[in-house]
Amino acid sequence: MAYAERVLDYYDNPRNVGTLDKSSSRVGTGLIHVPEYLEVVRIQIEVSPARHVIMDARFKTFGCGAAIAATSITTEWLKGKTIEEAAELDHMEIVEALNLPPAKIHITILVEDAVKAAINDYRHKNGMEPLKAEAEEESERDYELEEEHN
Amino acid sequence: MLKLPIYLDNNATTPCDPRVVEAMLPYFSETFGNAASRNHSFGWAAEAAVDLAREQVAALIGADPKEIIFTSGATEADNLALKGVFEMYADKGNHIITTEIEHKAILDTCKHLEKQGAEITYLKVNNEGLPDLKELEAAITAKTILVSIMYANNEIGVISPIKEISAIAKRHGVLMMSDISQAAGKVPVDVNRDGIDLAAFSAHKLYGPKGVGALYVRRKSPRVKVTAQMDGGGHERGMRSGTLNVPGIVAFGKACELCQQEMETEGKRLAVLRDKLENALLQLEQTFVNGSKTNRLPHASNISFRYVEGEALMMGFNKNLALSSGSACTSASPEPSYVLKGLGLGDDLAHSSIRFGLGRFTTEEEIDYAIQAVTETVNKLREISPLWEMFKEGADMNTIEWSRL
Repeated sequence: MAYAERVLDYYDNPRNVGTLDKSSSRVGTGLIHVPEYLEVVRIQIEVSPARHVIMDARFKTFGCGAAIAATSITTEWLKGKTIEEAAELDHMEIVEALNLPPAKIHITILVEDAVKAAINDYRHKNGMEPLKAEAEEESERDYELEEEHN
Repeated sequence: MLKLPIYLDNNATTPCDPRVVEAMLPYFSETFGNAASRNHSFGWAAEAAVDLAREQVAALIGADPKEIIFTSGATEADNLALKGVFEMYADKGNHIITTEIEHKAILDTCKHLEKQGAEITYLKVNNEGLPDLKELEAAITAKTILVSIMYANNEIGVISPIKEISAIAKRHGVLMMSDISQAAGKVPVDVNRDGIDLAAFSAHKLYGPKGVGALYVRRKSPRVKVTAQMDGGGHERGMRSGTLNVPGIVAFGKACELCQQEMETEGKRLAVLRDKLENALLQLEQTFVNGSKTNRLPHASNISFRYVEGEALMMGFNKNLALSSGSACTSASPEPSYVLKGLGLGDDLAHSSIRFGLGRFTTEEEIDYAIQAVTETVNKLREISPLWEMFKEGADMNTIEWSRL
């Protein structure tokens, strides 16, 4: 399979690989794996408590090159966003940014879920309500169904 | 000077040996006759060339030249053997025994025959990739007509105990078929010593061209017959019609002759290189050889690098290094190699596997390069792998708490 140049670029030089202190109250961690898929995606955000702005974002991913690229590019996007803005992430933006083929779209859903899980972890630690109801519906998200759209 | 890219996927196909190409060239434009033309010198010359090639091919596996049926390749030969036996021996029974880790040319042909009323037993293999001989014997019924078990596996290179298997088949009056594609020309195969009644193989796995192969069909004790699957001019003793691919067959013959001459030296040389590669890569933690290390082709190695994904791994070096992975992420649902699953590997290890296939033209310099490139990429990807980090922290990998939304 030929990958887009950008995937190769992120694979060769992944941005923001790393680990933040998950016990810190400023850090939110999302670690996503679903049995249907192989990939394991971890996204961590470090948030400035004053305005809830994401100061740093780090990732580690187990999966193919597209999975690594999708997580890496998302951490770049996260930096400087407020957690409210970050929660608006739509996985199709990652698909478009990397020009991913249909077989790789599920990865971007995992990445989106990892971002939301990281935000919720931060919110939980800081006594905030979890992301709005929409997010809860998404926990019922049917990954298989998403695939069929492709 | 090291020339890139390096080819280490010789289980998939091999380059044509230049000596083979040289041998076949005159048969395109000069000696171009139809081997079935009986009335002129063009035909006679082609026939003579085919006769010689038939001897060379037969000699490689200890067969009689009359027992060689030329085909378009091993897939066709596998189809002819299974379908041909199923039809020819329909009166005797409809049961065929094979294993779960056969090549798709066998498995999919068996699936096809199931729709035609065949009963197929797919034997499981152990973690070394070997079937249980007691299970094999127990599976034989009065309706069993054929046991079809590969000589050496294409993914892990493990060599089946063919002699023992065929002895069981023989004891029960059942025919023994073996796909010898990976083994022929690499390790000594002898249809008489090994008790094989039908054997399929192809030229392109042994430094010949693509598009030509053969089915060995035993003529004596027992005399085996297969129903033709290709009707026409009655070529190849009526078992496979179609004008013979003379240049391809000449090349196949030459390739077999070279293998026979060089197999022993080549096998020893490649085993040394393979062991060097394997030992160096096993220095990495959580790295495992898949399948038996003792009953194995000398040029093959299949290794899993836990906590990194095979496709990502190959992406790290596939500009310079041609290898194959047991992980196929080209589709959304991850379906790792059925061979590795058959060995009992979990998805994680099956997806982390890389197949190394050394060949006649592999050099030590190339192996050194491969060791370095693979080691660097595994280390790099493990730095990115959350699973590796958890493993290094001593987490229990079975009880990881995943985030929930």
